[in-house]
Amino acid sequence: MKITVNGESLEVKAADLAALLVELDYEAAPVATAINETFVRAKDRAGLTLNEGDRVEILTPRQGG
Amino acid sequence: MRDPLKFYGVELASRLLVGTAQYPSPAILAGALKASGAEIVTVSLRREAGGARGGESFWDIIKSLGLRVLPNTAGCRTVKEAVTTAQMARELFSTDWIKLEVIGEEDTLQPDVFGLVEAAKVLCADGFQVFPYMTEDLVVAEKLLDAGCKVLMPWGAPIGSGRGLNNVYGLRALRAHFPDIPLVIDAGLGAPSQAAQAFELGYDAVLLNTAIARAGDPIAMARAFAAGCAAGRAAFLAQPIEPRDMAAPSTPVIGRAFT
Repeated sequence: MKITVNGESLEVKAADLAALLVELDYEAAPVATAINETFVRAKDRAGLTLNEGDRVEILTPRQGG
Repeated sequence: MRDPLKFYGVELASRLLVGTAQYPSPAILAGALKASGAEIVTVSLRREAGGARGGESFWDIIKSLGLRVLPNTAGCRTVKEAVTTAQMARELFSTDWIKLEVIGEEDTLQPDVFGLVEAAKVLCADGFQVFPYMTEDLVVAEKLLDAGCKVLMPWGAPIGSGRGLNNVYGLRALRAHFPDIPLVIDAGLGAPSQAAQAFELGYDAVLLNTAIARAGDPIAMARAFAAGCAAGRAAFLAQPIEPRDMAAPSTPVIGRAFT
């Protein structure tokens, strides 16, 4: 399935958001997620099915002003 | 003398809030934060670039310093972006605090105050404790307070410009208009004297990043800003004299010779 992750087009095997984080090696990282500009809570990732063309954001803590 | 500051019921000893971006190295970041005496630091959320995992090591540094974080929505240009970013930040940083930025103009990074008020309404209704980055506009301030904000953060000057307080008249009016609301000068400060000026006007705190991070010696500059803030606050509490147009002799006139 082709989706966009952090602005990059990717072919992925994961069926849901939790599996996608494992597939992309974010499993142990502190991240927050959104799909199609809508926030997805950590506890909802496992049940959240990915669809072709979804735009996924995976964000981590960074420096800020 | 104890002179605590309160944001949303949280009591703080330091009136200097510091950003965590643009430092030459993680060690200098940590050194500057310690030297500043800040208890609150601003952070953001970003995509990792090219498979890197730099965010984790940065976050480890901040956690090791035991500081309270104020996540921002920097770079957001719509209400939807800002609200979603705030929701992500709340989960990631485990705080209801959010420095709300909705940017409306590229050259000055001026806030879109219409989007800001709209986003503040949504976030306050959702339990966030919002620190809005705003202009010094009194009407916008009123609407942000109506939305549920308990702290206001007017800009001193455009972000990263180091110009200081561009509109002293407007900032003075804002202070006078809202005597009981914590007011923070956010952005535009370049030198400790400018931070001191903000406190002398009666502002409760200042938030800055570039002036420390981009200084030749960020750790020394952090120390200098801490001193500038302390001096300005002490001066405000000591009630400075009012400026006057004509001279007034300081040496007693009575007893002068040759009269």
